[in-house]
Amino acid sequence: MSLDHADVKKIAHLARVDLADEQMESIAKDLSNILNLVEQMSTVDTAGVEPMAHPLHMVQRLRSDEVTETDARELFQSIAPQTDAGLYLVPKVIE
Amino acid sequence: MHNKSMTELAAGLRVGDYSSVELTQYFLDRIQQLDSGLNSFVTVCANEALSAAQAADVQLQTGQAGLLTGIPIAHKDIFCTQGIRTTCGSKMLENFVSPYDATVVARLKAAGVVNLGKTNMDEFAMGSSNETSYYGPVCNPWDTETVPGGSSGGSAACVAARLAPAATGTDTGGSIRQPAALCGITGLKPTYGRVSRYGMIAFASSLDQAGPMTTSAADAAIMLQVMAGFDERDSTSAEQPVPDYSAGLEDDLTGLKIGLPKEYFGEGLDNAVAQSIDEAIAEYRKLGAEVVEISLPNTHLAVPTYYVVAPAECSSNLSRFDGVRYGHRCEDPTDLEDLYKRSRAEGFGDEVKRRILIGTYALSAGYYDAYYLKAQKIRHLISDDFTQAFKQVDVIMGPTTPDSGFRMGERADDPVSMYLSDIYTIAVNLAGLPGISIPAALANGKPAGLQIIGNYFAEAKLLNVAHRLQMATDYHQAAPANIEQ
Amino acid sequence: MQWETVIGLEVHAQLATQSKIFSGASTAYGAEPNTQACNVDLGLPGVLPVLNKEAVRMAVKFGVAIGAEVASRSVFARKNYFYPDLPKGYQISQMELPIVGIGSLTIDLEAGESKVVGITRAHLEEDAGKSLHEDFHGMTGIDLNRAGTPLLEIVSEPDMRSAAEAVAYAKKIHALVRYIEICDGNMAEGSFRCDANVSVRPKGQEALGTRAELKNLNSFRFLEKAINLEVERQIDIIESGGRVVQETRLYDADRNETRSMRSKEEANDYRYFPDPDLLPVELDEVFINEIRATLPELPDEKRQRFESDYALSQQDAMVLTASRELADYYEAVVAAAKSDPKIAANWVSGELAAALNRDAIDITNSPVTAELLAGLLTRIADQTISGKIAKQVFEAMWQGEGDADAVIETKGLKQITDSGAIEKLVDDVVINNPKQAEQYRSGKDKLFGFFVGQVMKETKGKANPQQVNELLKKRLAQD
Repeated sequence: MSLDHADVKKIAHLARVDLADEQMESIAKDLSNILNLVEQMSTVDTAGVEPMAHPLHMVQRLRSDEVTETDARELFQSIAPQTDAGLYLVPKVIE
Repeated sequence: MHNKSMTELAAGLRVGDYSSVELTQYFLDRIQQLDSGLNSFVTVCANEALSAAQAADVQLQTGQAGLLTGIPIAHKDIFCTQGIRTTCGSKMLENFVSPYDATVVARLKAAGVVNLGKTNMDEFAMGSSNETSYYGPVCNPWDTETVPGGSSGGSAACVAARLAPAATGTDTGGSIRQPAALCGITGLKPTYGRVSRYGMIAFASSLDQAGPMTTSAADAAIMLQVMAGFDERDSTSAEQPVPDYSAGLEDDLTGLKIGLPKEYFGEGLDNAVAQSIDEAIAEYRKLGAEVVEISLPNTHLAVPTYYVVAPAECSSNLSRFDGVRYGHRCEDPTDLEDLYKRSRAEGFGDEVKRRILIGTYALSAGYYDAYYLKAQKIRHLISDDFTQAFKQVDVIMGPTTPDSGFRMGERADDPVSMYLSDIYTIAVNLAGLPGISIPAALANGKPAGLQIIGNYFAEAKLLNVAHRLQMATDYHQAAPANIEQ
Repeated sequence: MQWETVIGLEVHAQLATQSKIFSGASTAYGAEPNTQACNVDLGLPGVLPVLNKEAVRMAVKFGVAIGAEVASRSVFARKNYFYPDLPKGYQISQMELPIVGIGSLTIDLEAGESKVVGITRAHLEEDAGKSLHEDFHGMTGIDLNRAGTPLLEIVSEPDMRSAAEAVAYAKKIHALVRYIEICDGNMAEGSFRCDANVSVRPKGQEALGTRAELKNLNSFRFLEKAINLEVERQIDIIESGGRVVQETRLYDADRNETRSMRSKEEANDYRYFPDPDLLPVELDEVFINEIRATLPELPDEKRQRFESDYALSQQDAMVLTASRELADYYEAVVAAAKSDPKIAANWVSGELAAALNRDAIDITNSPVTAELLAGLLTRIADQTISGKIAKQVFEAMWQGEGDADAVIETKGLKQITDSGAIEKLVDDVVINNPKQAEQYRSGKDKLFGFFVGQVMKETKGKANPQQVNELLKKRLAQD
């Protein structure tokens, strides 16, 4: 399995990572190498095998419906790149 | 002083040989003198440490102290520490001062433990050499040209150099055990769910687990005692009672059944390392253990499976780093896309980007079944290997790493060869089992790690087995030569 | 060409929990921006979700209410996409294994007809925050108070064939979630939101046409308008030789038009996978049955009971059971009033509903409580006042002038039932209008109303109408 520039571009867009054109070559190569490593999986017969999402056979615990958190906006926004009037600011979103 | 175990240090504090402030200052001085050559710390918290030590001294004087009160340790920089910068080895979080404490941090704090600082690590815990850190590589105190392993390389190096009596680490594919092996210390990865993941910056959620990195199994036991336990803030935290990990440390090993997986002793294993492991196994025989060969037939699939599961989870876990609420934000974004793409391109290093891209691909439409779902199925087969093995044996032993490390830069251009160095540790994470790496005899003058794998929640057994070797030998007392001051 | 409209609805109902679905932050509406967004809601590094039990209970309650399969095992999945109001870069939702499976709902159409609409599934998920597009130095502001509010997304089959059916379905779901008290149904605050998938196909064709998803339909009226606009738009496109593209369209109420959203973006690839931070939710029969036992009487059951117990028409029963509060009010009136339930029904859905509507007051805040209205109806029944006078009394009660008896007393509205007094009045009226009396007697029956009016005028409407009728007939028959 090998990836070309177009594949890498598409994945990078999905992942929202900017890649310079001159990086494409080496990234495509690295990713293809990783996929070749991973390719070994395809030789394994997994018919009838349940996928394992979790190491432990536990079930989800349910929390009681109580408000336990108090306002800490000032603290949280002290580490924010840009805020105004209590809002996080981002470049204008056009819908 | 720096060669004392945590138990010994605790006793010294109790009888007043030194105060916690003195002890803390002693280690801060060592960090200042020695760490410039190692780069094991990203952030040293001298002021916070000294004021915590003062508070601990009050507790010691008023008889309110617990076993670990006043003992300084270091935290891997993956654990959120309130009011202290938490970088996760990344430029992305260069200015991230966490507004809250991880559960592990809070528990150790509550036990009176003093935090000396935050240790260096591979960026977002992705790496096996500590070379991917934005804050520069960490040197192995045994040979500063050599990597300390990763991703908990800073924790391993600082404990090996006795800059801290102990440190916390995290292990997703071997990130506690592999650097512990390469730096000649004891590192325990508990059962998945044993230690809370809350506040530990996620790499691969179904694999990540925190554990202690110490100079002995006995110290690991007292650290784990505080770290382990159910946490209502972590849905994957196990509601199992926490046993007394120190109580059975000296239990007799007569009749212990040790399994040696033939797949862990085959091609690719360095001769000198193999010899050290054989020597350690021979010691266990002397201690009355029975050794049998076993097979973990799907071992060769562990690395491929891991490199689908871990990147897939990480690609999603790291989406939150978008330059909006915290972390790195690019200059003058022209629009929203630009904000995301440039902030992430600038904030993440190459290895992190590689894994995000691979994971994104593995989850994308049309590939999910062939990659992610397939990997989850094979994960089941790998886990079943262990289930079968533990029907025959009590613990599984083998080398932690195939060799005693590599020189800096040697594998940096070849990610896949780097990935393959985790061949013995990764399956344990996929299965969610506990594993410990303890020093075996030096291999050509370099540390070699013996890995002991236990059944689910068998940490006490692992610590017992490890401790008996450390009673019988002085492998764990070997320290790098250039750390004395 | 004859066209058939095909509509499926996705309803997002905010569950009425105190705290968020995965964190302990408050869900109260209207707080200052970002003051109810805790570290979990903000997606800080290292935080983890823990599931709110009440959200699960409410989802199950909905499932049993529509007779759906409640999953013994359901799984949360991550839906990955980047958007500033989505702090983690993924939404925790359910994909392959939702908590509620296939069910159905009967909707009521005009002329007493009904139709069964299939419900494909209902799943739990977290709400996103809000983007505020007002000008913040040319930027968009993000408020994450709403992020993490529990939502139940209820997905219907594409079973509806007109905007009217879609509205009937949406209203039915709206009534149901309020009946079972899992959602406050406040559409203005966004607690209850509808998205509509709309397509058209030539009548008789089985294959579905390409659909558009309509968003921002925050009232039933907008839902209806937007669907009708969209149907027209699609038919126009096809009839002029074009093709409908699959897209999301935003309804703009001010301009009464729909417009394409995020049209430039490529088809979304959400990369769903099971959320490794959460474990499978397993529910046993005991848990589900416990919740089943807490179900109140549901709208359809209540309507049938109203028809049989109170001898109401289907139409009256439907109106009175439209909301649980209205039905409760009506039953409280019936219980307290010594009056015919049919008359009570007329008052509740007539006079009372009109007043509530006029003053935009919710029935739970009605100044005329059920007890007050019952008191009024009792006075009609015991003939203390006539129905006509009662409207006057009701208006005074609405203005807070006391209960029926007090109003009747202070305003002197008590009905005159003294036959002697009425007879006297009747006599006077007939004598004072000899011309009309003569015309009446010679066959101009219509003039009877004139005489009644005269008597009522004299008594300011207080004379018992029946007595007036009887005595007038008798008196006019003389001579």
